[in-house]
Amino acid sequence: MSKNRKIKVLVCKPGLDGHDRGAKVIARALRDAGMEVIYTGIHQTPDDVVNTIIQEDPDAVMLSILSGAHNALCPLIMDKLKEKGIDDVLVAVGGIIPDEDKPILEKYGLKGFQGPGTELKEIVEFVKTNLKR
Amino acid sequence: MTEIDEQKTLKPKKGERLESFRNLSDIETKRLYTPEDIKDLNYELDLGEPGKFPFTRGVYRNMYRGRLWTMRQFAGFGTAAQTNERYKFLLEHGQTGLSVAFSLHTIYGYEADNEHALGEVGKEGVSIDTLKDMETLFKSIDLSKISTSMTINAPASILLAMYIVTAEKQGHTPDLLRGTIQNDILKEYIAQKSWIFPPEQSMRLIVDTIEYCTKHVPQWYTISISGYHIREAGSTAVQELAFTLADGFAYVEAAMDRGLNVDDFAPRLSFFFNAHNNFFEEICKYRAARRIWAKRMKNKYGAKKQESLRMRFHTQTAGVSLTAQEPENNIVRVTLQGLAAVLGGTQSLHTNSFDEALCLPTEKAVKIALRTQQIIAHESGVADTVDPLAGSYYVESLTNRMEEEAEAYFEQIEELGGVIPAIKANFFQKEIANASYKYQQEIEKNQRIIVGVNDFQLRESCSTPLLKIDEQVSKEQIDLLNKIRKDRDNEMVKAKLSKLKIAAKGSENLMPYIIESVREYASIGEIIATLKEVFGTYDEDSIF
Repeated sequence: MSKNRKIKVLVCKPGLDGHDRGAKVIARALRDAGMEVIYTGIHQTPDDVVNTIIQEDPDAVMLSILSGAHNALCPLIMDKLKEKGIDDVLVAVGGIIPDEDKPILEKYGLKGFQGPGTELKEIVEFVKTNLKR
Repeated sequence: MTEIDEQKTLKPKKGERLESFRNLSDIETKRLYTPEDIKDLNYELDLGEPGKFPFTRGVYRNMYRGRLWTMRQFAGFGTAAQTNERYKFLLEHGQTGLSVAFSLHTIYGYEADNEHALGEVGKEGVSIDTLKDMETLFKSIDLSKISTSMTINAPASILLAMYIVTAEKQGHTPDLLRGTIQNDILKEYIAQKSWIFPPEQSMRLIVDTIEYCTKHVPQWYTISISGYHIREAGSTAVQELAFTLADGFAYVEAAMDRGLNVDDFAPRLSFFFNAHNNFFEEICKYRAARRIWAKRMKNKYGAKKQESLRMRFHTQTAGVSLTAQEPENNIVRVTLQGLAAVLGGTQSLHTNSFDEALCLPTEKAVKIALRTQQIIAHESGVADTVDPLAGSYYVESLTNRMEEEAEAYFEQIEELGGVIPAIKANFFQKEIANASYKYQQEIEKNQRIIVGVNDFQLRESCSTPLLKIDEQVSKEQIDLLNKIRKDRDNEMVKAKLSKLKIAAKGSENLMPYIIESVREYASIGEIIATLKEVFGTYDEDSIF
């Protein structure tokens, strides 16, 4: 991507999980690192997420899930993006993702899996180095 | 010590680990506290004997010498049948009260097969759709003998109705029932976010439950006014204290506006606080909370009964303080936090399980958490005398300081027009987001050390056995729901729901209508959907 443009990131809370402390802290850290950040707020259905991605055209999408619903929600989001022909957006998921679930989510093209205790600078670096455009 | 000596010891910064020592509320902690720090303290007025106004030293004369706190572990997962097994396990191991964690779809009032429930059923708590599930949840548990806390907010009136009818089917009248519903919607808008209706309509439902219980379920604590979630969302201890009490006063005012007498309902209000890492800060928070509550209830709201003035509270150790790194270390954190809660005079306690940064707790982890409380209670000796820290120069001075800081917040909230206008102006949400970001930055800069996370890290990864919720749970729950839909009298359900809807449009107390709907096996989802048609829903601006 061109050096003059800010990296645009969508921070997103899919499902009913209201634990948004992590998502908000990450949103602010990415903004402080010079990125343009949009935070969707909570209670996003997979369709909501995909529609926002189509509208906002972000470079990266950071999903935050702590409720255990990741195995149901993430693959659905990825399938819907594929249907829409969107394949140049980095989609990462963090929160509480048990190790054994990671390979399944990776198969759907998800990355990241940052859990509790991850340093903010590590997340900023992750976004910068994993962009697909 | 002479003044000159004191200066000598204070001046040089060397010899001290940090430039300044600040607690989690960003209040500076001095090197030393002396009689000078509490010179204005008046024992009778500011502390009082335990069990006497202003209850700073505790709400009962004997405290734990009489009866230990209730050891109440929050539990719920999967189907009602699975959680019923866990409850029996906990009761067999000496737990003395039940505390129900509900699945998110239940908390938001969606049926298990609603699109919003996708992937959520039974994951964070037990999945409840209808009275049938509630009957299963308490199967072979005598509801006249146990006290039950239900962490349920927007649909609290519905779950209470189900509890009343379940007990009735066991042969018990509502006046025998003991327990609490969380029922605290204001902190949902402020922090935890599981609201359904707009604030004003939510407040109506809450006052309905307060009014109904005052008349019919007199031993029930009608609301558990909660700071826990405010803290978990990233607030400081002072913010937790101030925002929770501000919410409490808002409920008192709402009930008084309905025409209820403060002394009729105030004795059944209870509180729920967090126990975080900074030991003395937490203890002082509880002591300050009791004093603020007692003073305001007496002076501002004119309460006369002692029971209306004394703040009783439940405590849970801080989930947010648990680390995924070296999870066994959490056992030690929980011990210190639980000890702070006990030294702060809590009435009941939940100690977190060490694996909760990773999953819902396994049976082994839950047992250690319960044992932690039993060790504090029976081995440490701290429960043998009342409020042992009273009179400490540091503890009393920090208690005073926290009260002052809370009072400053009350003024700000008042200037904004009260709690609901402050919510709509995002006041609380911004304060919490700022505090939470600041805390995270202090950790990143190593200004605060979290063992195993930003210092003393272990390189090899450790493995902890995890509790997995079978994806099959969702299917099972939907099957149960479909069976109920087939077996019940659907015409009757429709009739009861339409009566509820008409009542919701007026100003009657809705509890009797909800109880009638529940009795016919109307689901929580159906009842909430009916109320949404009248009350509408609420959306917030998402700030960060």
